[in-house]
Amino acid sequence: MDALALTVVLTSVPLILAATGELIAEKSGVLNLGVEGMMLMGAVAAFAVTSLSGNPYFGIFSGALAGGITGGVFAVFALGLATNQVATGLALTIFGSGLSGLMGAPYVGGTIEGLSILAIPFLSELPVFGDLFFKLDPLAYFSIFMLGTVGFFLNTTRAGLILRAVGNNHDSAHALGYSVLQVRCGAVVFGGIMAGLAGAYLPLVLTPHWSEGMTAGRGWIALALVVFASWMPSRILIGALLFGGITIMQLAGQARGWEMPSQFLSMLPYLATIAVLVLISRNRNFALMRAPAHLGRIFIGTK
Amino acid sequence: MKLNKSLILLGVVVVAGLAFIMSSEKASEKVAGVADDKKMKVGFVYLTTPGDHGWTYAHEVGRQDVIAHFGDKVETTYIENVPEGPDATRVIRDLAKQGNDIIFTTSFGYMDPTLKIAAEFPEIKFDHVTGYKRAPNMATGNIRFYEGRYVQGVVAGLMTKSNKIGYIASFPIPEVIQGINAFGLGLRSVNKDAEVSVIWVNTWYDPVKEADAAKVHIAEGADILAQHTDSPAMLQTAEKAGVYGFGQSSDMKAFAPKAQLFSSVNNWGPYYISQIQALMDGSWTTGDGPDHWAGNTWAGMADDFLVLTPFENMPSDVATAAQKAADDVKSGVNKIFTGPIRDNTGAEKVPAGKTLSDGELFTTLDYYVEGVIGKIPG
Repeated sequence: MDALALTVVLTSVPLILAATGELIAEKSGVLNLGVEGMMLMGAVAAFAVTSLSGNPYFGIFSGALAGGITGGVFAVFALGLATNQVATGLALTIFGSGLSGLMGAPYVGGTIEGLSILAIPFLSELPVFGDLFFKLDPLAYFSIFMLGTVGFFLNTTRAGLILRAVGNNHDSAHALGYSVLQVRCGAVVFGGIMAGLAGAYLPLVLTPHWSEGMTAGRGWIALALVVFASWMPSRILIGALLFGGITIMQLAGQARGWEMPSQFLSMLPYLATIAVLVLISRNRNFALMRAPAHLGRIFIGTK
Repeated sequence: MKLNKSLILLGVVVVAGLAFIMSSEKASEKVAGVADDKKMKVGFVYLTTPGDHGWTYAHEVGRQDVIAHFGDKVETTYIENVPEGPDATRVIRDLAKQGNDIIFTTSFGYMDPTLKIAAEFPEIKFDHVTGYKRAPNMATGNIRFYEGRYVQGVVAGLMTKSNKIGYIASFPIPEVIQGINAFGLGLRSVNKDAEVSVIWVNTWYDPVKEADAAKVHIAEGADILAQHTDSPAMLQTAEKAGVYGFGQSSDMKAFAPKAQLFSSVNNWGPYYISQIQALMDGSWTTGDGPDHWAGNTWAGMADDFLVLTPFENMPSDVATAAQKAADDVKSGVNKIFTGPIRDNTGAEKVPAGKTLSDGELFTTLDYYVEGVIGKIPG
């Protein structure tokens, strides 16, 4: 049972990382659908650098860098040149899948020594919880740390307030003298870095090899998680664990011979997402209040 | 601000230009040394980039075998990353227009697109792999993948200590079910207590999901893993957890040197070579024989269409038993699906002495054999 629960936790980590980054981008009013592409760029960079240097920490760094740069590309187009965010984001995903495949071609078939576990003294001795939450890899701790930091940043700091202001009404924020584009640019690059780390987690921890398109749609799930969480960091954690839990539960159910169509079981995580979306949307005002009002709108500053 | 924008645009143009030059260089490599009418032109359509493991890689190895065998007499072209569907129709038509004499389409989902283009170009030969629809100028070929899985079952039965085997399956189509049942028959031929539990992941390729399924199997007590999906993730998970497993489509030893017992390798070279040779000799046919439901060419270990890598990470007596099982399948002494075969509820499905025909392997296997837990989904 412990081993199953641990699998749930590990499956959730990349979702938490990517969703946290996207949350910040969306809070600033930018809808970046390119998460999948940024994750793939992070994954290929992390794998390539780790296999060349032999040091997974260089891999983490280059994964973040690659994700950040890819996010920067999005910022150049969607913010600098004011292109349509939805179209640019989709293009970024397609671009990221293609470029990561091209860059990764020499590394296909190789394998690396991934990140090792960093047990936290004393806490890892705790029964049950010790194994589950305190005997993980550094990136897993980092994902929780970032989730907390982002929650703190958004809710209690002045910078967080400015970011939310930009996302809620960029004209007002602009009139108040905040640089809308700078804030958004920073948020998008942060989102890219987090997505890059999420991608890096795949070859560094989950499956130590590189192959084209290895994220297999997890970027899209991270995007859904942000809405699922109604833009609240704490709910990202719940959503990611719920999603991971149902995914693993349906696999375990099959291994135990539950007689249910596996197609139905594979649907379960997505059904759960829809069900929760319906539940949280029941209170329309609450949902509207949480969603950044200017999400996806193009801002062109007056000279 | 204006200057900035033009700088950015300039940057974009430069990058795009570089990418274009790089890609066109690659393309010119491919067509170097053409324009000889005596050469037979052979086209291949690939589902993914070949990489160096898995399904498409095995086809790429087959294409290399063709080049090695025929040398200057053939000129091959391949198109990679072709999605199954309307895009495939366009790609196959392009290959036909480029004057290829024979076109191999290497995934099940190309069946209808190939059929469609075969009707448009009656003078060109088409060869579709793993499908069952044929036309006067469209042949089909397949490998008896299940033969390797029988041997895997034998090895699993002898190696397991927990008597729990974890099997990761893709989609409930005949090919996959044949594999599971052959595995179960092999397992039960040496170990009456061992059981196979099957997880359907509903994908051919999703490394994280495959790794998750492997972890779940291990958590549930399985100590031998088998897969009918394409990534090496399962073997890597096995390696990490200290259990054993079998590779898929190509040798996956590099991913799991301590965990891979052996891989069943798809060897398409002989098929491609014989089809091209037949076309050169004028003896190419679609060969609609009575017992060739699955296709006109369906060969396995006896014809080296399916090759097993060396038996490793197992005691020598297990390796000997595995070799014996492989030899018996190869020589035809053991036809695998020979009665008595019972399903996992105990009902007799194939009476003693009867062997399922090729057609029956595709149409009658709607049950799991003894030793496999659960029920086929859907």
